[in-house]
Formats: sequence, C-alpha cells, structure tokens
Amino acid sequence: MKQEPIKTEAIEITYREAVREALRDAIKRDERVFLMGEDVGRYGGCYAVSHGLLAQFGPERIRDTPLSESGFTGAGIGAAMAGMRPIVEVMTVNFSLLALDQILNTAATLRHMSGNQFGVPLVIRMATGAGRQLAAQHSHSLEGWYAHVPGITVLAPATLEDARGMLWTALEDPDPVLIFENVMLYNMTGRLAADAGAVDIDKAAVRRPGRDISLITYGGSLWKTLEAATTLAGDGIEAEVIDLRSLRPLDDATIMASVAKTRHAIIVDEGWRTGSLAAEVGMRIVEQAFWSLDAPLGRVCSEEVPIPYPRHLENAAIPQATKIVAATKAALDRA
Amino acid sequence: MVEFRMPSLGADMEAGTLVEWLIKPGDVVKRGQVVAVVETQKGAIEIETFQAGRIDKVLVDLHSKVPVGTPLALILAEGEEKLAVAAAAVPPPAVIAPPAAPPLERPRIAPAPPLSPVRPRVAPGTQVSPAARRLAQERGIDLSTVTGSGRDGAITYADVERRAAEVMAPAVPVAPAERKRAPTLDLGAMRVAIAAAMARSKREIPHYYLEHQVEVTACERWLAEKNATLPPEGRLLFGALPIKAVALAIRRFPAFNGFYRDNKFAPSPAVHVGVAISIRGGGLAAPALHDVDQLPLDELMRQMRDLIQRTRAGRIRGSEMSDPTITVSSLGERGVETLYGIIYPPQVAIIGIGKAVVRPWVIDGAIGPRSVITMTLSGDHRVTDGHAGALFLAEIGKLLQEPEKL
Amino acid sequence: MTAAADKPRLSREHMLDLLKQMIRIRRFEDKCVELYTQEKIRGFMHLYDGEEAVAVGVIPVLDKRDRVVATYREHGQALVRGVPMTTIMAEMYGKQEGCARGRGGSMHLFDAATNFYGGNAIVGGGLPLAVGLGLADHMRGNDIVTACFFGDGAVAEGEFHESMNLAALWGLPVLFVCENNLYAMGTALALSESETDIHRKAECYRIISEAVDGMDVVAVEAAARRAVHAVRESRKPYFLECRTYRLRAHSMFDPQLYRDKAEVEARRHSEPIVRFQQWLETNHMIHPEDLPRILAEIDAEIAQSVAFAEAGTWEPVDQLTRFVYADAAVPAGR
Repeated sequence: MKQEPIKTEAIEITYREAVREALRDAIKRDERVFLMGEDVGRYGGCYAVSHGLLAQFGPERIRDTPLSESGFTGAGIGAAMAGMRPIVEVMTVNFSLLALDQILNTAATLRHMSGNQFGVPLVIRMATGAGRQLAAQHSHSLEGWYAHVPGITVLAPATLEDARGMLWTALEDPDPVLIFENVMLYNMTGRLAADAGAVDIDKAAVRRPGRDISLITYGGSLWKTLEAATTLAGDGIEAEVIDLRSLRPLDDATIMASVAKTRHAIIVDEGWRTGSLAAEVGMRIVEQAFWSLDAPLGRVCSEEVPIPYPRHLENAAIPQATKIVAATKAALDRA
Repeated sequence: MVEFRMPSLGADMEAGTLVEWLIKPGDVVKRGQVVAVVETQKGAIEIETFQAGRIDKVLVDLHSKVPVGTPLALILAEGEEKLAVAAAAVPPPAVIAPPAAPPLERPRIAPAPPLSPVRPRVAPGTQVSPAARRLAQERGIDLSTVTGSGRDGAITYADVERRAAEVMAPAVPVAPAERKRAPTLDLGAMRVAIAAAMARSKREIPHYYLEHQVEVTACERWLAEKNATLPPEGRLLFGALPIKAVALAIRRFPAFNGFYRDNKFAPSPAVHVGVAISIRGGGLAAPALHDVDQLPLDELMRQMRDLIQRTRAGRIRGSEMSDPTITVSSLGERGVETLYGIIYPPQVAIIGIGKAVVRPWVIDGAIGPRSVITMTLSGDHRVTDGHAGALFLAEIGKLLQEPEKL
Repeated sequence: MTAAADKPRLSREHMLDLLKQMIRIRRFEDKCVELYTQEKIRGFMHLYDGEEAVAVGVIPVLDKRDRVVATYREHGQALVRGVPMTTIMAEMYGKQEGCARGRGGSMHLFDAATNFYGGNAIVGGGLPLAVGLGLADHMRGNDIVTACFFGDGAVAEGEFHESMNLAALWGLPVLFVCENNLYAMGTALALSESETDIHRKAECYRIISEAVDGMDVVAVEAAARRAVHAVRESRKPYFLECRTYRLRAHSMFDPQLYRDKAEVEARRHSEPIVRFQQWLETNHMIHPEDLPRILAEIDAEIAQSVAFAEAGTWEPVDQLTRFVYADAAVPAGR
C-alpha cells in the first residue's frame, strides 16, 4: 500500500517506523515518558515497533513486563496519576480484555469519581484487526467497544502522518488516550515529511473529495475504501472518503458537511456489524443530516462470525474493496 | 416523643415485615439497642433504635409488611411526660419519595433544520427521500406532480430537481424559514429559466392557434356601474372578468385544464389560473390564482391585485409558481390587439387577451361601435383539437356577455 | 532495624489519641447507620466496626507526602488520614461539598490534599493502582511510601497476584496491608483460600511479610512502624497481614446468614476499643474525665458534620457531564 507523495522534503518510511519515531521522539523530549508492556524491550516489540529502543534508552524507560495485562495497565494508571507519562503497550486488543476492568473501571472513571481531583494522563497503544490468518482469538477489532466509554479518547491512525504525529498529542492529553494500530498497516510504506510532527486528535480528514457519496471509515479499512473509490471513479461515481481518525470524539461537523453535499453515506468498519461503531455514526447522520439523505444509509462491516483461519474465509469475513464498491452502487441505485 | 420508623437497610429495600418485637411498651431502651427483627427479601435483620428512652406504644402489628419510613413505635425521651391526649392520631409517615431521576441533559447535537409541515399531497405509499422532500418544500413543488425514478418508484432529489426546472420558477427559492426576509429578484436567472421553458415548449408541444372576437360592452358597462359605488382600491379591473370566464368555461371543457406528462394528459380537478405578469426590467412570471372557478369576483380581484403586487416585488410563493393548470395572458390597455401565447409546460393551453378596441359591430342588423377584444387560444394538439378549442373560446365569449353572473 | 523510630510512644497523650481515633471512627460509622436507615445516605455502605485498630495503627505512621490507596470500606482510613469529617459526610449525602463533589458516595472517597487515592468498589482494583504509584516514586528516586489497604477477598483476584509479582520484581515502595476480617462479603476465608495464612502468599513472591493481631492497636502500630521504615529505607515492598474482625455485616443490607451470632458476640468482647480501653484502665493511663471529654468532642464533631452535610447543596443537573474529561480540553461531543 502506498500513500500519496507529500510536498516538503520527504523520507521513505514504513508505518511501523513512523510509530517508532514517535516513541523515540517522545521519550527523548520528556523524561516522564516511558514505554511499558510485554516484550517491548529485549524482544524488540511483537510487531518490531520498539526495536532498538531498549539499547537506546535502557530498561527503566523501555520496561518489559510479565504477562499481567491488568497489573501493568493498572500500574500505568497509578504512575500517570503520580505524575509520570507512561505509554502502556498492550500487545493486541485481544489481550486488552484482561485489562478491561482497569481501563473502564479505573482509568475512564477516576476523574469523575474523585470529583475532578485526580486525572489519568495515560496512553495505551494496542495492535488491532484481522488479515493475517491468526484466527478467532487474535483478530478482533474492538475499537468501537472502547469508543462506547465516556472518559477516554480513542484514536485510529491510518496514515503515516497520524502514526507519527498522534502519539505526542495523546501524551499531552490530561485524560486516558487509546491508540489502535491496525496490524495490516505496519508494513505500509510511503513518504513522510522529514519534519513531520504532532497532529490533532479530534478531527476527521477528507482523504478524497467527491460529490456522489460519502464513504466514512477508519484505520485499516481506509486503504480498502480508497481503493474502492478509485474503482468507482472508473464507473463515473465520485466518492468522498472520510478518515475518522478519532473514534471518540467523533468529528460530527466533517461527517455532516460531507453528507449534506453528497446526500449518500456508507460506513466501513472492521468491527462486527451488530452494535458497531458504524451503527453509531449512522445514527448520528440520521439525527443530524436526515433531511439531506437521498437514499438509505449503508455499512460494510465484519460478518457475524468469529474470524476464521483459512484465507478465503477470513477475506470473506472482513470488509474488502469489492464489498465497498458493491455497497456504493447499491446505495446509488446503479447496481 | 419520637417515632421509631422502619429503617432503610439497603439500596433496594422498599419495605419490611416486622416479625418480632424484642421490647414491649414500658421498657427503657438505650441508643443502639436492638429492639425488633425485620424480615426482608434477604433474610431476617435485627434493627436498632437510635433514640434512648421509654417505649410508649407499639404502632404496627407483627407480620405486617410496611414501607420503609413507617412509624413502628413511639419512644418517650427521658423525663418526658406521656401526652394526655388518648388516641392521638399518628400523623401519616412523611412519604419519602425516591429522588426524581434527574432529567437527562440533551445531547449536544445540531437540531435538524425547522420545516413547516409538508402538505400531504403525495399519494399514499409513495416514497420520497428526505432530501427530495426538503427540496420540494423549498421550491414549492407539489410532490404529486413529480414522477419518482428511484428504487420502487421512490422520488429522489434529482426527480424534484427535474420537476423544478420544468416549472418556470423564478430564481427565488423561498425557504420556509426565511419568509420574512425579502428575497432578491434575479432577473437574469429568470430570463434564462424563461428561455429554457419556452424553447422546450416550442420543441415539444404541437401548438394550434384559434382566434375569436368578443364584444365586451356589457362588461364595460357593468364594471362602470359596479365601480361607481366602490372605493378606488376596491374597484374591479377588466382583467378579472376573462379570468373568471375562462375558469367557469373550463367546467364544460376540462380538456384544457391540467398537465401533460409521460405521454398522457391528467386533467386537474381544481382550476388554478396562471396570470401572466410582466416585471419591470424584463421579467415575466405567470403565478396561479387558486380555485378561480369558486372565487367571487371581488375576491378574485383582491387576490389578483395582491398577486401582481407581490410578483413585482419578488414575493411569490413557490406553490403559486407550480400550480397553474391553465394560463391567461393579457397585455392590458397598452398592448396589441391580438396576442398568441406559448403554452407553459406541462399545461396544455394558454388564452391570450388583446386590448379592447372600439370596432364597428353588427347588432340586430345595424352597425354600431362596440368595444371588442380579440381572444386567442393556443392549444396542445396532443390533447385537444381545433373543434374543441373553438367551442371553448365560444363559451368564454358567451360568459363575458353576462358579467353579472361571473 | 533501628530502635527509636520503630517503637510506639507509650505516652499517655499518644495512647489517648489512639483511643480517640478509634472511637471517632466507631461513632462516625454509628451515625452513618442511623442516617442510612433514614435514607439520607443511599446506595452501598460498608462499615469498619471492629477493624479500627488497623487504620489507626498504620496510617498515622505515614508521612503527609506518602500515599494511601483503600477499598470501599474506607471511612476509617479517610478519617484517620485527615480527610475532613465534614466533607466525608457531605460526600455520603451526595452533596457537592463532599470530598468528591458528591459524585462518588460512600465507596469513592478521594482527597488530593491528603494523597488519599480512594475508595475503590472493585475488589482488588486498587492494587495495580498502588503498584503504579510506587513505580512512579521508584523511577523518581524519592522516598515516598504507598500504603495499600485491601481485604482477604482481594487475595483471590488475579490482580492481587499480578501486583505482588510486579512490586517484588521491580522493587517498588509499596506497603501492602491486608485487613483479614475472615469473610469476603459472605464467604468465609477457609471456603475461599487453599492457603488461609495470607501473609505466606506474599512470601511466595519474595516480599517480606508479617502477620499481626489486628485487634491490638499497639501491636499494629509497632508492626506498621517496622514496615513503613523498611519500605522507606529499602524501597522494596512489605506485606502486613492484620488479623481483624468485622463486627457489623458486610454492608447495610446483609442478614449475615453466613455466620453465627454467637461468634460475633464473642468477638465483641475482644474488639479493639474495648480491649484498649481496658488496658488503659488497668495501666492507669486513662482518667475518669478523659472518656466523657473524648466522647463530647467526637459527638460535637459528628453533629457539626451532619449539619454541614444537611446544609450542603445538590450539584445542578446541568453540570452532569462535567469532570469526565479535564474541562479545559473538552471539545463538544466527546
């Protein structure tokens, strides 16, 4: 997957390297920042994101933990409350369920329960998504679930700029921020401005302008959606592609402006269809842009099945560019 | 004297059943002493008193289930005398209402733009997309006049757009929420719309033309009489008479009143006469007077006055632009003797009225001067032919001979 | 272990203070029961009767700069730590003058001024938090101690084991205080743990641990002095199992079907306040005028806090969605 070229002096870099640069930059800049998680140090990171950082910063700043998701996530919470700026890496969203109590019952609630006395300036990074035939317990996309919870911010960087730039802004946030990195994006290469820095974490971005339909998506699905848009253009359909970037808060203004223009919308979301983030976005569109709609809303999500192991079944279970094209044509009555 | 009440022992306890008294009237109790046993859904719990003193009276029978807060006994504080009043009614326990659920704060979302109620004119079962519905409202398009091209015949935005272009609406979309503001009249855009509509009319409609001369002396005399008693602003103008006459004539000739669409003519049950009105600067509009066949003349006149004034000020309602079922065009006194109009699609006829001219006329074998107008009919030959047109015109002329009956 | 810092001062003044602190907690809890039965306090409420010696023995040994993490049975800890009784009572009422703006209630008392980190309704939930506080202090190289209170029930949770392991592995300055009152809500310890000698579990993680009679406030204080000193000097964790007993039910709505009334009565005879008072009388450390004075002071303070809470105000409903995020940074729709 390749990205569009950037204007300023750019370097060739992978998404993985962009995240690593973000970590390196943060740890260098602020002595309160440290990375903590399973195999982030000696192993170099399950997805090689933190490769080389232990040698550069030492074991206090790049801290390997035992397999104790609840323990070390809670420890991250406590350290953040006591003035540090920890980055907790939960290996994947699949394992985060073991830390769900700490995330939901402590991190998300502490400011409120304490009447604004204590905040939790914690960043939690997790890998997410399917596509590597890792089967049912290793292929979840639960970003939508986390976006359900008040008290946290949920991000899905899909581009190199966002992979590089969201972390610093997240570290500056006085409240917990969850960053989801789709596993299929780590190898993505492209060009990134050499001086790429912090980016905002509360706005969606129009990645491709169009006039016929709004395709709203995030994370790993962005590139499939852009691919679908290219195919559609060949059929005379100009799709506008919106990258949500932040799943909580959602950027209603950008979404509604797009739907007001195109009058059609499809949401592409790798979570399971039922109760998905797509359902939330769809409902907001109905609440705020009902009178703009010229056709029913649509969504392309994962099928109601635990993600299967064989490639062809896994591909059939998750969103694909072909499904997005078909859904678009159906919405525009051009099937 | 203090009331010992059924205590709340838990978040979800609403009532309890007294199953045992551990004291009796006359006993002295200390603060914190267990005085009774209460059965709850979880089991039997001992309850204590927080008041010290002497038990004066027990108020509740054993094995009765009472709500939390019900007085169970009366306790006399140390030193307090028993009240002389014998069977003093115990005031009913203050109802401890559960705290009212706080009203939920309304989520901060932008409200949908306010829309005035849509007139239910679409046939039941027709599906209209929200965008189409809003556009129709903005442009004053009657949805019953729109053909849907969406799935299962649903009316889409594009369908309403097409219809709006057909209707020669001036470039003044009157948003319902903005009625109070005076919109500007875009004459340039109007001219473009006129050009489009007229070109299409000539392209698609096979026009035929008929001409008829009608004596209007009776009208003039009747008008003079009528107007003598009316204030200037209430006076009837000649122009109202042919309009009413056309509307009445249509009752006998409905084929000239309606819309031609999708290769078929749909007669209109109502008679909305479009009145061609010229606008200073080169504009032209033909908005409708509604249900003219049922309007008394003075009311018709009043509406006409209002319509002309509003049209020239650029304040026509969208429905007035889209509703005419037939049009009458008159050049008034400054015009020419004969006017052949171009039909405004999707209407199927237009009546042209020339100026009144005094001509020599044969009456009872003799020639005399009479006020005469030349009336023309341009008809859509797909719907009517010359024969019907001639009869129609003749009918109008006949009606104009008896103005008092208009 | 150096001598002076570790031994309790057996002065009359200090002894009376220990007594007063325990009675203060007991009377406060008593008043809470009364208010709860009148529905002034709602929800879940868990009382400390019988366990006062633990909080009173441990917390005064800590410094102001040290940190305290507690459970939902934390009125005692909060009071001893110095969270004002007025704000605690207002919090119980749900008034915005409460120590958590009324948002938390009985189970979620918080006070930044006294480094009181709550108040946690998830059994075992506070342990990873305490580990994290200790981690920060460890990374900063200061000498702050974090005291983490939890019950025997927490010992069954995975988070307990993860926290023990992390604290020992990384060498974190956390004092783990297990208030073993023999019942996890309605489940007796023997029915829940294969190893009921709780402090031995800490030994498995190579954490120095002790068991102490939690009904003897002087013994608790002595153990706490040893423990806090050790943590502060060694920067390693320490485990103190305080064997105590809960005289009241688990919470308000509990008919205690799981234990014998006779057992509770027997325990009442050896509960910490009764024992300590007897010991003081035997050793002539308490004079006839002391107790009435102490009770009068306490009752006055309690009456004042009730008045404070009664006079308190309800937070306006239009403020409902505040304090979910740091206010300054909240964009619309978050």
